[in-house]
Amino acid sequence: MAKVLVEEVINHFKLELICGKKGINREILTSDISRPGLEMAGFFTYYPAERVQLLGKTELSFFASLSKKEREDRMNQLCTEKTPAIVISRGLEVPEELIESSEKAGVPVLRSTLKSTRLSSLITNYLETRLAPTTSIHGVLVDVYGVGVLLTGDSGVGKSETALELVKRGHRLVADDSVEIRQAGENELVGNAPELIRHLLEIRGLGIINVMTLFGAGAVRNYKKIALVIHLEFWDPDKVYDRLGLEEERVKLIDTFIPRLVLPVRPGRNLAVIVEVASMNYRLKNMGVNTAQQFSERLNEAIRDR
Amino acid sequence: MVEKEVKVKLKSGLQARPAALFVQEANRFKSVIYLIKDDKKVNAKSIMGIMSLAINAGSNVTLAAEGQDENEAVSALQSFVENEKI
Repeated sequence: MAKVLVEEVINHFKLELICGKKGINREILTSDISRPGLEMAGFFTYYPAERVQLLGKTELSFFASLSKKEREDRMNQLCTEKTPAIVISRGLEVPEELIESSEKAGVPVLRSTLKSTRLSSLITNYLETRLAPTTSIHGVLVDVYGVGVLLTGDSGVGKSETALELVKRGHRLVADDSVEIRQAGENELVGNAPELIRHLLEIRGLGIINVMTLFGAGAVRNYKKIALVIHLEFWDPDKVYDRLGLEEERVKLIDTFIPRLVLPVRPGRNLAVIVEVASMNYRLKNMGVNTAQQFSERLNEAIRDR
Repeated sequence: MVEKEVKVKLKSGLQARPAALFVQEANRFKSVIYLIKDDKKVNAKSIMGIMSLAINAGSNVTLAAEGQDENEAVSALQSFVENEKI
């Protein structure tokens, strides 16, 4: 389960830590943010304590109108064991009751100069990215004509060699051998290389090469949305390979289905060119031109007219 | 499918050279072999994958293998990472 520490949020947004320093190692497990307006009015029945709490001008001006007793009571209920952090927007003055309660419960209170709405969307976006489901898979990710192509297949089938040839032809390498994949949004998977092996490629017989220093900054990308999976496998004479391209196979990665092609590998087949054409054909299909489908319709017509 | 948690005892962890030897060892087997550390899972036959985990001495990793020689594969790789002399 992914988690983000409050300290990371502080550092990322350069927030001011007002009090509750002992709680900066608290974990944030959800990207939802709560604006505890009703809670300030005393309604704590559905208080989502596990979320980051954001207090803006509305909440704080209402809070200021309460009696001393009520103010202490509300803040005591707001600062719980589970509350990861309380954020104040617009650089507003922090009520002393909040400082007292947060020190007691160990809830960090942070302050930003941004407005509530802006701050709320920034924090949500950041948390969503960081808390997105991830996985790592064995494969090579390349950007071919702007299409993120994930090459998979057994060790030694020629994924890295194909990537090298593609780089030589002006395409870009994202990750070799191990790709970290993250669910960036609905139906959107983004892949990147593990930090340690970024921009590197391993070619049997040559060893590890640095694609960025050899081919330049234009030959690499740090991350790319995955649009197509191409599986390379040794030619199996008993297996039936797609001859028409009418059927579209899909493979599930995390929660998303991605189109997948199976390419048999045989001496004399130039894989890089085939991957290039597969990417162009994918783009063409997305633009509404499905050659296999159109040809099939033409054939049907010709048969009917006979 | 065989899975086993092992402790890495190689003196300096899986640095580049030991990693290459590890991958070479894994490639002797037909089974599909994975090495899992924390929530990261990589193919044990891929050197870049193994090195991307930066496995240090004393860390716990899980070896998982599936295939006709899965038992041999796991035990061979286990004795490799538990070898203190490399």
